[in-house]
Amino acid sequence: MTALLENRSVVIVGGGPAGLSAAIAAYEAGEHDVLILERDTQLGGILNQCIHNGFGLHTFKEELTGPEYAARYIARADELGIERRLGTMVMDISADRIVTAVSAERGITRIQASAVVLAMGCRERPRGALATPGYRPAGIYSAGTAQRLVNIEGELPGREVVILGSGDIGLIMARRMTFEGAHVACVAEVMPYSGGLKRNIVQCLDDFGIPLLLSHTVVDIEGRDRVEAVVIAEVDERMKPIPGTEVRYPCDTLLLSVGLLPENELSRAAGVELSPVTRGPVVNESLETSIPGVFACGNVLHVHDLVDYVSEEAAAAGACAAKYAQEAQAAEPAPRITINAKGGVRYTVPSSVSPDRMDDTLTVRFRVGNVYRDHYVSVYYGDERVQHRKKRVMAPGEMEQVTLKRADLLKRPDVSSITITLEEE
Amino acid sequence: MFDVIVIGAGVSGCAIARELARYDARVCVVEREEDVCCGTSKANSAIVHAGFDAQPGTLMGKLNAEGNRLMYEWAKDLNFGVLPIGSLVVCVSESDLAGLYMLLERGEKNGVPGLRIIDRKELLEMEPHIADKAVAALWAPTGGIVDPFGLTVALAENAASNGVEFRFNAPVTTVSRDGDHWCVTAGGETLQTRAVINAAGVYADTIHNLVAEEDDRLTIVPRKGEYYLLDTTAGDYVHHTVFMLPTSMGKGVLVSPTVHGNLLVGPTATDIDNKEGTNTTALGLAEVALKSSLTVKDVPLREVITTFAGLRAHQDKHDFVIGEVKGAPGFFDCAAIESPGLTSAPAIGVMVSGMVAEALSLSQKPEGVFNPTRPGVPNLMNMDFDEWDKLCQENPAYGNIICRCCRVSEAQIVDVMHRTPTPRSLDAIKRRTSATMGRCQGGFCTPKIMELLVRELGMSPQEITKHGPGSELLVGTNKDHIKAPVQDQEGGEA
Amino acid sequence: MATEKRELTCINCPLGCQLTVTIVDGEVIEVSGNTCKRGEVYGKKEVTNPTRIVTTTVPVIGSDHERMVSVKTASDVPKGKMFDVVAALAEVTAQAPVAIGDVILANVADTGVDVIATKNA
Repeated sequence: MTALLENRSVVIVGGGPAGLSAAIAAYEAGEHDVLILERDTQLGGILNQCIHNGFGLHTFKEELTGPEYAARYIARADELGIERRLGTMVMDISADRIVTAVSAERGITRIQASAVVLAMGCRERPRGALATPGYRPAGIYSAGTAQRLVNIEGELPGREVVILGSGDIGLIMARRMTFEGAHVACVAEVMPYSGGLKRNIVQCLDDFGIPLLLSHTVVDIEGRDRVEAVVIAEVDERMKPIPGTEVRYPCDTLLLSVGLLPENELSRAAGVELSPVTRGPVVNESLETSIPGVFACGNVLHVHDLVDYVSEEAAAAGACAAKYAQEAQAAEPAPRITINAKGGVRYTVPSSVSPDRMDDTLTVRFRVGNVYRDHYVSVYYGDERVQHRKKRVMAPGEMEQVTLKRADLLKRPDVSSITITLEEE
Repeated sequence: MFDVIVIGAGVSGCAIARELARYDARVCVVEREEDVCCGTSKANSAIVHAGFDAQPGTLMGKLNAEGNRLMYEWAKDLNFGVLPIGSLVVCVSESDLAGLYMLLERGEKNGVPGLRIIDRKELLEMEPHIADKAVAALWAPTGGIVDPFGLTVALAENAASNGVEFRFNAPVTTVSRDGDHWCVTAGGETLQTRAVINAAGVYADTIHNLVAEEDDRLTIVPRKGEYYLLDTTAGDYVHHTVFMLPTSMGKGVLVSPTVHGNLLVGPTATDIDNKEGTNTTALGLAEVALKSSLTVKDVPLREVITTFAGLRAHQDKHDFVIGEVKGAPGFFDCAAIESPGLTSAPAIGVMVSGMVAEALSLSQKPEGVFNPTRPGVPNLMNMDFDEWDKLCQENPAYGNIICRCCRVSEAQIVDVMHRTPTPRSLDAIKRRTSATMGRCQGGFCTPKIMELLVRELGMSPQEITKHGPGSELLVGTNKDHIKAPVQDQEGGEA
Repeated sequence: MATEKRELTCINCPLGCQLTVTIVDGEVIEVSGNTCKRGEVYGKKEVTNPTRIVTTTVPVIGSDHERMVSVKTASDVPKGKMFDVVAALAEVTAQAPVAIGDVILANVADTGVDVIATKNA
């Protein structure tokens, strides 16, 4: 076989916010043989192009821009001397944790890792995935591509803009394009609520008088060479366009912010079990996937709303990976309790817990499937309700969490399943 | 003075040009679009038809069978993607079985090898996702799939390296006879030539009618076909090209793997007026979704990465129109090249070039002058890591991935940028390397490819297009329309 | 006595309360529609002195890895001045090396606030 097989303790796939935090946590947990593999030519991932502020309120108690948030983690990684290989794309991860990567500098390299942390992030759902009818002209960009062109390259992809989808990147780009001299005609959102943060709706749309059209979608794209107009129609409760409601918006650009998908091609090829709901790996309390020694965190695991939570989750994954790498052999199988998502809770991460393995507390993150007002988040151990907390509002755009206590579980050795659900009372 | 001007750089025009390059002749291909393979050739089913469909005795029947054989042969010299995966025509009703046997008989008359009727049991073994109603199928082992971009580009590159000229963004506006030669105005420039070949796809009628007599008019109807292209995650949902045997319910759609590992589902067949009408429609896409279920169950359409529409150059008599136009000596039609036109392309190339060579008494180039081979573009997707590592050692740019979905490196993109015809747009790069064709549809790699176009071809970012003039990707630079406040003469704050 | 009512969406949490702020002679006399104290504070501030951080980019010359450097106003500026801030940066370029926190333009648009770099370049 190719190139030398190199042995490393913790190999981290991706040097964005998740990978950086995982690497630092692994190091701080005492495992100093940590290697970050990053496909870009710099660390920081997508934060480098997220030049708006609003990052770090939880982590640093101050409002940072994306590059500033990334810089703090990069500085810490530098300080610890954590090795990173940039311009290096992982092509394959095997079930026995051989990581194959390619770079211009080294060609193909193969690394036998004691533990692997998946931190590849997510990608945007493209236009094709919506099967929007019409032509395929220039001027259709995912919001993230436009963000890169404007913020990194200084190039303006359009002057008269319509945005489909009210995800946060789309909202942020409405403001960015406006500041750079473009006019944003409207944002159309097929759902009856926005997937973005309230703060972004106010500060990126309302501030500039950009209308947000809820329950609307693009039904036609005109222009053979460059976008000339898009047609927007209202949709019914089944999200089907309502005939007669079409309005034509002349424009040269359509930006899409219609969802993010965890980038799990490597995980799938490795044989990692994926959740059909999150499209990310199924993980246990250690954020370990179905393949022992392979951990996952950040947006490759499930799409997060705030980077602060990515960092927190990734730190947990990094520490667990370090521990795994240091224990010479895989731990004995331990009894495992399934965590069920019910009644409006779409999924939980993790989806199982072993009381023997968990720390004193375990954060379980989840998202809800609709807008819920004045509902309770309830946690059941078996049939026994142990948590019952009222929330004024929960929305699909925001991540929720509950905390499980080890002591509580140890007190109830017979519990075989935990249920997290929403209740009206 | 040219010997031959070929109008149209689609697969037919490029195949003809490549075959004409064997002769001692000055040949020029003129194309209205910015690149080869921009019309019918780029948006179709990408199938190498076995040849059982066409009526025996027709030009289609003859050229399909011949083209099928040549396609696999030429792939060795020209290094484009073709896979002989075989095709199935599925019969979904006992009462239609006679139709299946008729197809078998027709295929045998056309000289298609290896045809055989298989029963449901065998069909199910070959295609586990076949519809519950499928009762039997016609198995054609010589059917296959081809990369239509790769094929057309390979033909064009090979033609160019053997001396054929290409002119792009050069729509033909007039063709007229001047004594013993023709004058062709293309892109505002008038070129003189001894012979003209009309391979103008859906515009072949317009070009034909510029020279044809009153009673010899041609009408080409653009017949729209809409498709879904699914992600490579769905690429092995079927293993062969699955057609439906036409029934009283109409013609079905095909479900097929592609050479790039995707799954293709389509097309519809709607006659339209607009020769540029390559837009998809909600109705058309819904029809494809519905019809796919007749032969293959639960096609995972949620894995769609793009939809597209192509136009077939349909003509009433439903046969290729190939030959010298009456009353126009030296003007040859290669028109109405609809399905199985892609499969037939190599045979069309041989036939039309032969016809023209005879008319002009062209002689073959001396032995060894014509080079029939064209270097391929390495496909990292099908390569093992050892082989890839070797490439990286020779050229580190093979280690710099530009398109992560389709595994395309900087080296491949730079390679094709320095070939002739030169790709100068995003789509032109896509056709040659498959970059931007994957699940993110260029989301990640567009800015990187733009950078390479700037670096390698000296283009300015603002010049870069998706597919030629008018499809510029950028409209300006940040704040270029924002006026800075007026400063006073000292340069301080106003 | 001039009475004005302004409708706002509170941004403090996902609840997004629709606030009505009543202003009499330029003075806020009531905020309604809020569910918590934070909404009242926000409503008052938004009508009397709304402020924003402005983030954008300027070209950087002489950097081997960046074409643009991202910048922000070092603190909030009046909301009404956002476009003045952007316009003031329209012809500004930075010279590498640039470090996070470097002042790119002092006292932008007479706000008393500096525009600083948010990226090393």
